[in-house]
Amino acid sequence: MTQTFKMDEPLPRLLDETRQGLIGTPMNRPDGPLKVSGRADYAADRLPDGTAHGVLVRATITKGKVTRLDESALAGIEGVVAVLSGPNFVRNPAQGMAGESPVQPGPRVDYHGQPIALVVAETFEAARDAAQRLVVEYDDAGGAEVDPDSASEVETDDPDATGDWDEAWGRAAAKVDVTYTTPGQVSAAMEPHAALAHWDSGRLTLHGSQQMLRFNRKELADAVGVDPSEVRILSPYVGGGFGSKLGIGAEAVSAALASRDLGRPVRVVMARQTVFDAVLRRTQTSQHVRLAADADGRLLALGHDDLVSNLPEESFAEPTTNASQFTYGAAALRFQQSVARIHRTPSGSVRAPGEAVGMVVLEAAVDELAGELGMDPVELRLKNIPDTAPLTGQDYSGRRLADCLRQGAERFGWAQRPKAERDGDWLIGCGMAAAARKNMLTKAAARVRLTGAGAVVETDMTDIGTGSYAILAQIAGELLGLPESKVEVRLADTDLPGASGSGGSFGAGSTGSAVFLAARRIREQLAAQLGCEPGELTLQDGIARGANVEKSLADLVQDELVGEAEIASGEAAKSHLSAGWGAHFCEVAVHAWTGEVRVRRMLGLFDIGRVLNRKTATSQAVGGMIWGLGGALTEELHHDPRTGHIANRDLANYHVAAHADAAGRIEADFVDDRDDWANPMQSKGVGELGISGSGGAVLNAIHAAAGVRIRHLPATPDKVIAALEAAGR
Amino acid sequence: MRPFDYTRAGTLDEAGAQLGKTAAVIAGGTNILDLMKLQIMTPERLVDIGRVPGLDGIEADGDGLRVGALVRNSDLAADGRIRAGWPVLSRALLSGASGQIRNKATTGGNLLQRTRCPYFYDPAMACNKREPGAGCAAKEGVGRMLAIFGTSEHCLAAHPSDMAVALRALDAKVAVRAADGSERTLPLDEFYRLPADRPDIETVLGPDGIVTGVVLPAPVAGSVQAYRKVRDRASYAFALVSVAAVVTVEDGRIARARLAFGGVAPRPWANDAVTAMLEGEAPDDALFRAAADRLTADAAPHPDNEFKLPMLRRTLVSVLRETTGLAEPSIGTDRTDAAA
Ligand SMILES: Cc1cc2nc3c(=O)[nH]c(=O)nc-3n(C[C@H](O)[C@H](O)[C@H](O)COP(=O)(O)OP(=O)(O)OC[C@H]3O[C@@H](n4cnc5c(N)ncnc54)[C@H](O)[C@@H]3O)c2cc1C
Ligand code: SF4
Repeated sequence: MTQTFKMDEPLPRLLDETRQGLIGTPMNRPDGPLKVSGRADYAADRLPDGTAHGVLVRATITKGKVTRLDESALAGIEGVVAVLSGPNFVRNPAQGMAGESPVQPGPRVDYHGQPIALVVAETFEAARDAAQRLVVEYDDAGGAEVDPDSASEVETDDPDATGDWDEAWGRAAAKVDVTYTTPGQVSAAMEPHAALAHWDSGRLTLHGSQQMLRFNRKELADAVGVDPSEVRILSPYVGGGFGSKLGIGAEAVSAALASRDLGRPVRVVMARQTVFDAVLRRTQTSQHVRLAADADGRLLALGHDDLVSNLPEESFAEPTTNASQFTYGAAALRFQQSVARIHRTPSGSVRAPGEAVGMVVLEAAVDELAGELGMDPVELRLKNIPDTAPLTGQDYSGRRLADCLRQGAERFGWAQRPKAERDGDWLIGCGMAAAARKNMLTKAAARVRLTGAGAVVETDMTDIGTGSYAILAQIAGELLGLPESKVEVRLADTDLPGASGSGGSFGAGSTGSAVFLAARRIREQLAAQLGCEPGELTLQDGIARGANVEKSLADLVQDELVGEAEIASGEAAKSHLSAGWGAHFCEVAVHAWTGEVRVRRMLGLFDIGRVLNRKTATSQAVGGMIWGLGGALTEELHHDPRTGHIANRDLANYHVAAHADAAGRIEADFVDDRDDWANPMQSKGVGELGISGSGGAVLNAIHAAAGVRIRHLPATPDKVIAALEAAGR
Repeated sequence: MRPFDYTRAGTLDEAGAQLGKTAAVIAGGTNILDLMKLQIMTPERLVDIGRVPGLDGIEADGDGLRVGALVRNSDLAADGRIRAGWPVLSRALLSGASGQIRNKATTGGNLLQRTRCPYFYDPAMACNKREPGAGCAAKEGVGRMLAIFGTSEHCLAAHPSDMAVALRALDAKVAVRAADGSERTLPLDEFYRLPADRPDIETVLGPDGIVTGVVLPAPVAGSVQAYRKVRDRASYAFALVSVAAVVTVEDGRIARARLAFGGVAPRPWANDAVTAMLEGEAPDDALFRAAADRLTADAAPHPDNEFKLPMLRRTLVSVLRETTGLAEPSIGTDRTDAAA
């Protein structure tokens, strides 16, 4: 029944033919009123009768073994039900799209903060009290390495390289050879990780906070040792994920295990500190960038090497040089990654893994090169847009990078920008950066059901605050000629067709395309019933027209028409390199005495192909730009130098950009495009594009304002002051 | 959190009687509840003073004001008298925490809030302030937020309050009620203890003392006042360093320069030698730099917070420039009435 469509070739631009006028509009999110009135039930909001409460216990050694859980201190606490641990406990969340259980280390401890046990009690208060009082005995192995810079175990890949490096480097007129560092970061989603598990006749139901249910179901099933068909996961509302909920984690697995043991529902909600301890962080990076150009500013050599870190046995390594490999061309290219194996909270995908930290550095280095050349940085970038993808030789799909650069510069007033001006003690300057983020299409299925009364979209896609409920309704409504009010979207239940999930900015494009194809199947059925070709059919406001016949859907659809479709990536992904593109422009003020940096205004102009919903796309882009600003100025994990544990493990001390940091005018807009090779809707991902490069524009603006390069992020006042003092100011 | 008894005191006498070694006052609760959830503080009894009459007003006290211990941070910051006569206090309050927290936080609680040293908040790590004699994990640990003045080998923690820094620059006093019902007012330097070998004892209050309020002396006529807080993000972060200044310039000379420094010591920090260097002199960049150098001459930083020395020096110079007229005043710098 299910039609699988492989994206091999472009499809006609059907969304430009349809008449409903819903696609692209700034439609409000239908889930919005529920959320602002507290009626959206997040995972932790459910509390069926008889639920027991679980609180996770962390390891307080870095490496070794748990030898005993001493419960004697718990004797006086009323309502303690059980202390659980065991071979099924997971060390950390699954990496994105793993589809299997994360590492189950048994009594082994691999990092300080690792969840090692679950205390279950009749009340949350008793469980938390008991979890804090439980005495854990260890066999401490000692000597755990926690510092990536001095790690003895470092795995270095063979470089990806083309061209004759020495020759290109040798004949350059201008060169930049710099090392930047970025600190560890966390996703910092507002909703802490939470799960409510219960078993019924051997079948597990989990209300969780997860981004990718199709994978999470397999991960959870594998972790608890049952068949995936015995697991159902529901995640209708997720209070932000940013990568931290891609894979099944300790809260879900321990809730499931405890519920099975105890024969009653168990809810586990991570404390904020536990979210910091036991959820994947973004690795710190050290990045060595080398750029060489001829006197005209044409790049001759581009090298980008990095050092990242992770725990042993974790396959993920931050793909720092992603965008460096396809944004600009050069005769010689070189990319090499090293992974230090250290015992800190393991690393994984956090908000645009790769680009978020790699592009900041690349774009700051390109700015340094513009300085060396005495060339306008917009001009330098325009000069180096390659014809085909430099490493692979692929054609690019839609790529309006040059338009974003030119039109962005125009709208920002780049040519008339303030240069080294002062406003009292504030030094003013502007910087810019390009944005690029790989666009992906992944396997996704959806079902659309049409009755005379309206349509229902069904898929296990999640909405992590991004707008899936809105855009999937828009896509179905647009194709079926129905207003917003006549389309219901049901998401995030593994009993529904398996979708892409939310991650890698591919959710809207992938699952949206499945909805598109499913609705298109219904259009074919309607055309057949009307007696016309699908191409002749028009659908608008519940009326079908074709072959000189006009009928209301209510008349045309007796019972129910069902369309189900699956999309998968195909030849197009091989023949074409698809990416979102953009340009950031930023004006900052740097305090000449205190080194504080304030962003005064920021403009991002992006190419995301077809805009599916102007409002949600803008929110995503602005949010991404602010994440980038925070990465440049405020965000930083502090690890204890002895144990590796995260010392600033709450949102008071881990500094996500606050409103006052984003108080300037921050605008995002889009160049209208159709990316035919991306997917059947000609759209591309947006969520992670906004963050890509945004911090680079901020750093470059700091340089323009204060004449100092901050190469160790974030650019906190102490570092700006040190740079000012080094420059004699 | 451990189970605890809760009592609501109707009067100060009642509150005093209910307090003791295993009890604690709860006012706004914005700090103590967090500490109890993490079992950093485990009082067996909480004495709620929220309904004790007479502690929530701001009243005239001679030419000065008496601020009750229960006056909310947001109310105190917004008070018209405070904004006119003691603007540095209003600015300091508004630079702290968030709107929601300031709506709950009280004057007494703000003075008595505990340090933000990350190891104090982590029961897995040694901390002399939590457990005297246990050791200090911060010494060889993460030290960005620690103090540079007034520390001891037993504790390097900084006091996090912004409000207290402004109070120090204003020469305010803390009104304290002892167990026997007697009341006295103490300058901040006497109210707060330095850590020495008992960093767990932060004030002279004792287990059954109660802060009843704060006394502000008469406003300084014709002064320029500033609170400048440098932090890791634009709002909602504790100070890396802060400077509170109450400065009067007469006939081209600095007649009075009351300065206090936050984020750098276990209590709001002041340095008489710095004041002495400035008073009587004409405002001058070289003088300000020399005063700033004098200030940091006896700092003892942790390797992670050596940056606080240049940061404090530069912030002080910037504030002095603005409060003495060498530079245009920016937001956070206000002038009080010429007439007292
Ligand atoms: C996220 C966050 C950020 C913050 N940022 C800042 C900041 O930037 N700057 C800043 O200055 N502060 C900041 N704060 C701290 C805040 O100012 C304090 O939490 C608040 O002022 C405490 O007041 P409270 O009334 O809630 O005290 P409570 O929590 O009720 O009490 C605090 C302590 O004082 C004792 N106590 C309270 N009142 C009395 C009394 N009258 N007599 C005797 N003992 C008493 C209590 O027993 C307890 O030990 C922040 C707090 C949080 C949670
Ligand atoms: S500095 Fe003070 S508060 Fe911090 S760990 Fe050491 S003793 Fe505890």
